[in-house]
Amino acid sequence: MFRFAFMRLLQAIPVILVVISITFLLVHSAPGGPFSADKAVPPEVLKALETQYNLDQPLWQQYISYLGDVLHGDFGPSFKYPGRTVSELIASGLPATAELAVYAMLVALIIGASAGVFAAARPNSMQDYIPMSAAMLGICMPSFLLGPLLVLIFGINLEWVPVSGWGDAPGDKILPAITLGTGYAAYIARLSRGGMLEILSQDYIRTARAKGLSEPLVIAKHALRGGLIPVVAFLGPAFAGLVGGSFVVETIYQIPGLGRFYVQAAFNRDYTMILGTTIFFATLIILFNLISDMLTIWLNPKLRQQGQGDN
Amino acid sequence: MALLEVNGLKVHFHTRDGLVKAVDDVSFSVDCGETLAIVGESGSGKSVTCYSLLDLLPKPPAKIEGGTALFDGVDLLSCDAKQMRSFRSNDIAMIFQDPMTSLNPFITIGEQLIEPLIYNPDKTRSQSRDNARLRAIELLDEVGIINPEARFDCYPHEFSGGMRQRVMIAMALINEPRLLICDEPTTALDVTIQAQILELISQLQQKRNMAVIFISHDLGVVAGIADKVMVMCDGTVRETGDTDTIFYNTANDYTKKLLAAIPEGAKTLLSRVQPEAPIIEVKNLKTYFRDYSKALAGAGSAKRFIKAVDGVSLHIQRGEILGLVGESGSGKSTLGRSILQLAPITEGSVHFCGTQISGLNPRQLVPWRRKMQMIFQDPYASLNPRMTVYQTLAEPLLYHGLATSANIDKQVRLLMDDVGLARASMRKYPHEFSGGQRQRIAIGRAIATKPELIIADEPVSALDVTIQAQILDLILDLVERHNLTMLFISHDLSVVRYISDRVMVMNKGVILETGDTETLWANPQQQYTRHLLESIPLADPKSERQRLARSALSKVGMQGEDLEQRFRAEI
Amino acid sequence: MNSIPESRPQAGQEQEQEERGSSLWHDAWIKLRKNRLAICGLVILLLLCLVSLLTPWIAPYGYEEQNLLLGASAPSAQHWLGTDIFGRDMLTRIMYGGRVSLTVGLIATAVALIIGVLWGATAGFIGGRVDAVMMRLVDILYALPFMIFIVLLMVVFGRNIFLLFFAIGAVEWLTMARIVRGQVMNLRKQEFVEAAYSLGLSQWTIIRRHIIPNTLGPVIVYTTLTIPSVMLLEAFLSFLGLGIQPPQSSWGLLISYGVETMEEFPWLLIFPGLTLSLTLFALNFLGDGLRDALDPRTSKD
Repeated sequence: MFRFAFMRLLQAIPVILVVISITFLLVHSAPGGPFSADKAVPPEVLKALETQYNLDQPLWQQYISYLGDVLHGDFGPSFKYPGRTVSELIASGLPATAELAVYAMLVALIIGASAGVFAAARPNSMQDYIPMSAAMLGICMPSFLLGPLLVLIFGINLEWVPVSGWGDAPGDKILPAITLGTGYAAYIARLSRGGMLEILSQDYIRTARAKGLSEPLVIAKHALRGGLIPVVAFLGPAFAGLVGGSFVVETIYQIPGLGRFYVQAAFNRDYTMILGTTIFFATLIILFNLISDMLTIWLNPKLRQQGQGDN
Repeated sequence: MALLEVNGLKVHFHTRDGLVKAVDDVSFSVDCGETLAIVGESGSGKSVTCYSLLDLLPKPPAKIEGGTALFDGVDLLSCDAKQMRSFRSNDIAMIFQDPMTSLNPFITIGEQLIEPLIYNPDKTRSQSRDNARLRAIELLDEVGIINPEARFDCYPHEFSGGMRQRVMIAMALINEPRLLICDEPTTALDVTIQAQILELISQLQQKRNMAVIFISHDLGVVAGIADKVMVMCDGTVRETGDTDTIFYNTANDYTKKLLAAIPEGAKTLLSRVQPEAPIIEVKNLKTYFRDYSKALAGAGSAKRFIKAVDGVSLHIQRGEILGLVGESGSGKSTLGRSILQLAPITEGSVHFCGTQISGLNPRQLVPWRRKMQMIFQDPYASLNPRMTVYQTLAEPLLYHGLATSANIDKQVRLLMDDVGLARASMRKYPHEFSGGQRQRIAIGRAIATKPELIIADEPVSALDVTIQAQILDLILDLVERHNLTMLFISHDLSVVRYISDRVMVMNKGVILETGDTETLWANPQQQYTRHLLESIPLADPKSERQRLARSALSKVGMQGEDLEQRFRAEI
Repeated sequence: MNSIPESRPQAGQEQEQEERGSSLWHDAWIKLRKNRLAICGLVILLLLCLVSLLTPWIAPYGYEEQNLLLGASAPSAQHWLGTDIFGRDMLTRIMYGGRVSLTVGLIATAVALIIGVLWGATAGFIGGRVDAVMMRLVDILYALPFMIFIVLLMVVFGRNIFLLFFAIGAVEWLTMARIVRGQVMNLRKQEFVEAAYSLGLSQWTIIRRHIIPNTLGPVIVYTTLTIPSVMLLEAFLSFLGLGIQPPQSSWGLLISYGVETMEEFPWLLIFPGLTLSLTLFALNFLGDGLRDALDPRTSKD
């Protein structure tokens, strides 16, 4: 298990290096510098700025020094917010994004998994059709459509919850969490239904029933663990998706999170910010994939013991 | 009044393709200390009958349409869910066919064992975890698990098939049930393990005076342990009677057919073996596979290989049928594939008609491929599901230029006649056929190229006993008519004896013994061979009972662990 | 449940008519036809494609026809789905937007299909070390945050629609490759492929006759499910303002405009949203239906 984690972490290093290199190259091969965008800047000012940001050095030198900085956790200064470093900006946006992601994940897991298990308990009945139709609706209703609709209904027409903001008014975190979580809840519901149906058709479930265990116990103790493995395996990719989804949700609800910073940086061509955030997200996603893979292995006694045997 | 009395049981399946009467008006009874065997081929409704007693059928599509099943005076078919749970945990226990899939891989076997005790719906009978643990360990010991305290916290994957089935038995017995239902409990096991499990079940029954219902497709298996036999076919009871009557004096045609289908005795007509140079000669053949699980663990290089075939030499004369016997994991299938150059050989040589064919590249092999064919075990996997019978049979004919587009239709028809397939079904797809018919298609494909050598890898082990007899006769007939030479691989010794001129016994990748079939049967040289032969269940109740009584005297548990060690060393 | 009785027919009396077999494809089609939702989806999709093809001839108004005096108006007899703030007919805009959205969906899926099938089939068929290297690469690419990369690509190279196809296709091929590889690996071990080897058939013949026809089912299913996720991705990017560029429009872009004015003119959000959701519904139901129909496990009973 630890060996596996260690190997995967080792493998992650070149991946992250590749991410940094590609992003760096992409950003630097972009047409137009960061300071050519809006207004005409006098050449001497431009020159000074380029010196300040090391842009006058050869590309490989910039790359090496950037790599060195990243190793120290320094993503350099922001091009568009003078005086602030990218690390500071990431740190200021992270709490809101992390909180939003956690809430959304909770919404997705709790609603999704219970709907899936519920539906699988009685396949091809109303108990199955209703949650699964709802899940299909959730999958076909992208967050950028669901969000505005929720705002329109619950924020503007019914005035139950605030339409935007984050932590300013009570209840303003509800709609963003639901907006971001719904798609994943729907997906998790389908995954867990599939997983549970697969497990419930296994011979050992019949054994458990033949032993006289009650149906809730059969599901909770014998079926759930195997049935939810696909869901656990999905958590890593889901996290990557949540990061992408946070772009939209933070834009809709004007949440001062990382996603909104990223989109703004993309529009402003704030290259250091794009570079820094990309690397940060990539590392995070690789980490979450690793955790989700390890959880999957840990849940399966056979794989778990093979892992232990390695040490 | 008997412990269980079933009357007029009817179970129907409402499927997409219409109504299937899986069980149609079945009645029987079984009493304490008595063993009832329910025997029938696949689809006869024998398992459905028993599952409906414990309400274990998926509903829908299954529906119980009528009848009663009085257990101790209470009707199992109409009792409520709570009562049913109580019956399941305290009175009626069940053992299932496949011990590999019937235990939950995510939970330790100890935890699975004690569940009926700690979650007993009858509160007065439920026990604390500690007491339950003691009871479970006691039982594990009784069913022959060595060192039960340590094994208590192991997961199912740490046990071999036979050991898992022992655990299943312990689990069934933990609440001292009055009725034990065994659903083909030995079908998935090797013959030596099967013998042990049968002995164990019969001992435990006598000790506890339980009623036992033993479901099997194999009359031979039940001969020694059953008091009564019920023969089922197509959902109906064909005959019920005490064991001796069924085996020795039956008047029923279907029972006679079943008994006649059991391969028994020696081969009646020996093949015309031609004493010239052998058609195939294998010298010191080794096939090793890389063992990725061990390679990952970083073990020494010697341990990184599974020695599936480890230095085998053999020769087959033209016209001969050579039987190759071995238990699962003995390497017998790999040997067959290695001879045909379908598995990469590590060392050694294979000569076909004097020409070395090992080491040839695929292009050079093509002319030889035509002369050596294979028949596979699983008639479901060995046919391309998207090709019709016509396409399957025409492919080798056209590819090897044995037919032209002008006469291909005629050739395919002749081939279908040869293997006993209706010409009318030429445009049908494999999924529209039964298992036996599929195997006929596969045999047709194998003989299409007019081969000289055929390697048959367990060609009948997936088939029902009556179908098995037909396919065996077809094979013998074809060998005779087309002057074929055959390597016949099987785990079933009776089948091998029925069909082979000469037999080889294989274990752990090496050949232990070779000899003419009858000589070997009469006078086995090796301990392992003797053990194998003794384990064969005979369809003769009297001698089977004697055999069970004999081995009851020997220590079952120790013997089991010996084999367990052997088994584990293999995997 | 009933086994077909085995009997050895006498040769010669077989002059009766040949029975036509029913192939797995045929069985699947029968099963699909019984699935009302899937057929519904199929019909909706065909209609949408037809409308998109014919848009330039059947659209009620010109694509750039503005009516600034009218401004945004609610649905009416002249403008069934209302008009936007420039007085442009919404129905026309949605129809033209659909052309772009569907094209992106189809082309990007085709890109994903070609790369994924080739990659997966090669890895699966060759196996061994080649397979290990190729799939390791897929694993690594899986770990990359593609959403972020696509945003990056759009920023760096400008909003180029071809780049968009390519970028989305490049994301979606990974899963396709995994599925195809799994299928091919599985098939390679099947006894009927081994039987084909023992008949001496050449590798290419085996691939053509035995492997490809048996992988088509899952590939078709996954393709049907890729199209909606691709369309969603495009809409997502367009919503963020990083996808399709005005004056061209796509459903995602229309939704994004709709959101800006949803308080005053909700129909500008609701109609494009409904159209997108309906399309996604149709595709997903068709995909689910195909999966049920082509799954060998459900075809056995």
